Amino acid sequence: MLAGARGEAVRRAIAYQIEVGDFCGARRFVPVTNVHMMGDIEVMGDGGLEFLREELRLGARCAVSTTTNARCIDFAHCRRLGQDQTEAGKEMELIACLQAMDVITTDTCINYQTVYQPHLGERVAWGDTGTVIYANSVFGARSNFESGPAALAAALTGRTPEYGFHLDEHRRGGFTVRLDAALDDLADWGALGKLVGEAHQSYYAVPVFHGYRGTPTADALKHLGAALASYGSMGMFHFVGVTPEAASVEVAMGGRAPMESLVISDSDIESVYAAYGLGDRDARLVVFSGPQQSLLEMKYLAELFAGRHVPAGSSCFVTTNGGVLAQARRLGYARTLEEAGVTLLQGVCFYILQNLSPIRVANGWSNMVSNSAKIVNIIGAHRFNTILRRTAECVDIACTGVLR
Amino acid sequence: MTAIRVERAFGPVVEGEALVSEEGFSPRYDLDRWSGVITKPGHRLEGASIVDKVLFFPTAKGGIAAGWAFYDIKWKKIAPKAFVFGVTNPVMVQGAVFAGLTITEGWNPHPRGVVKSRDWVRVDPPRRIIEVLRRV
Repeated sequence: MLAGARGEAVRRAIAYQIEVGDFCGARRFVPVTNVHMMGDIEVMGDGGLEFLREELRLGARCAVSTTTNARCIDFAHCRRLGQDQTEAGKEMELIACLQAMDVITTDTCINYQTVYQPHLGERVAWGDTGTVIYANSVFGARSNFESGPAALAAALTGRTPEYGFHLDEHRRGGFTVRLDAALDDLADWGALGKLVGEAHQSYYAVPVFHGYRGTPTADALKHLGAALASYGSMGMFHFVGVTPEAASVEVAMGGRAPMESLVISDSDIESVYAAYGLGDRDARLVVFSGPQQSLLEMKYLAELFAGRHVPAGSSCFVTTNGGVLAQARRLGYARTLEEAGVTLLQGVCFYILQNLSPIRVANGWSNMVSNSAKIVNIIGAHRFNTILRRTAECVDIACTGVLR
Repeated sequence: MTAIRVERAFGPVVEGEALVSEEGFSPRYDLDRWSGVITKPGHRLEGASIVDKVLFFPTAKGGIAAGWAFYDIKWKKIAPKAFVFGVTNPVMVQGAVFAGLTITEGWNPHPRGVVKSRDWVRVDPPRRIIEVLRRV
């Protein structure tokens, strides 16, 4: 590859991967079966688009199945949201470039729930931190955080440098977290991820959760993982009796003694909610996004919104992928939500929407309320005051315009 | 003390004005990627421009975005000269290498006692060293 036998695009990709691998201490490459990449005009900009055009001219084509993460424009809502039409045109070209390289534009950050579920030990190259932590933790697959250009390089070469979570030594637990909390709502799982992530900001800090009296759902683990990755930049966790490399605390720790042992109680979770300042009490923006909603989340939201209405002047957004939205339409959940005045966005995540800061200003939004601990953290650069609330409370806020 | 040794390094030798943070960094969470100003409310460097600076951050936050975002801000001519991390994550490395921006990880001693914001520093990846050339 490095000699150019598979073309210039592959030669550049492998040369880049060697540089990254050298920095990260990789000693060899490993093959990957699946790639999931972020690629949209909001994060790539004109430079990134030009890079893709050049890649295409050089004959870039995926060597393994490759899907895309959530993007920044839902073309059906682009004008009404106040997004830039020129950028929308670039986004269309960018999507066409990716498709010409045989990238499957699934436009989802919940590929692990809806597209591809790798098995124990399977090596993949995924981007969006929430997808990576889910792959490593819940499936026992192996991936590092692979950002857009790194994932695209893996797609072209079919391999990735072996460092980080591809190696057993980094997959062992570092500290334990005993759960003495009910964790009844998905937002509680995100709050748990915030507490643990914020206090241990390290890619390689692998928490081992234990002692939970219930069975976490896939959506609960999704919100936990997304928050750990967001607040702590963490790439993996273990959950004793739940995740495949954690038959016991001892197995998850891989023979090491925990550096620290935490206990998280109900009052700890409550303290997370209590810490959010309400700003000017603006309650006109409620968002269910980051990660996109699963079908079960859509069903629950439809039940909560049934017969209610988002008042004039307020906005409520739900984001999901095309597959989930099609099912939600067939099952009537989408109709219930739209009748309640909720805007359903497809293939996007709210925090990466193109032109979001000007959209915030144009709407006069100061607060953003969500049940996602990840999105209330990640959207900061757009200068929202963010507030985490449980799912039913978010629906109440959306329908009453009253923030508590 | 006028020098810091780093454990890992990539990129060309660069000089620039130091901007030292006690808080970690993400281009998605913290940065206005159209002006190069850190805009996240409450960030220790809120209001500071990263353009042409040598940035010292103890940790990386998040986030996949840095992969494309570093290339994008370099294209827009609002990139820093170098990223100096205490501990980073692969995304920052992938992004910096892709953009051809200098990046280092691991430091000894801690920059706290060696370099202050606005000092003029040189980052030398081949020698794995950061030197303070001029103090404020």
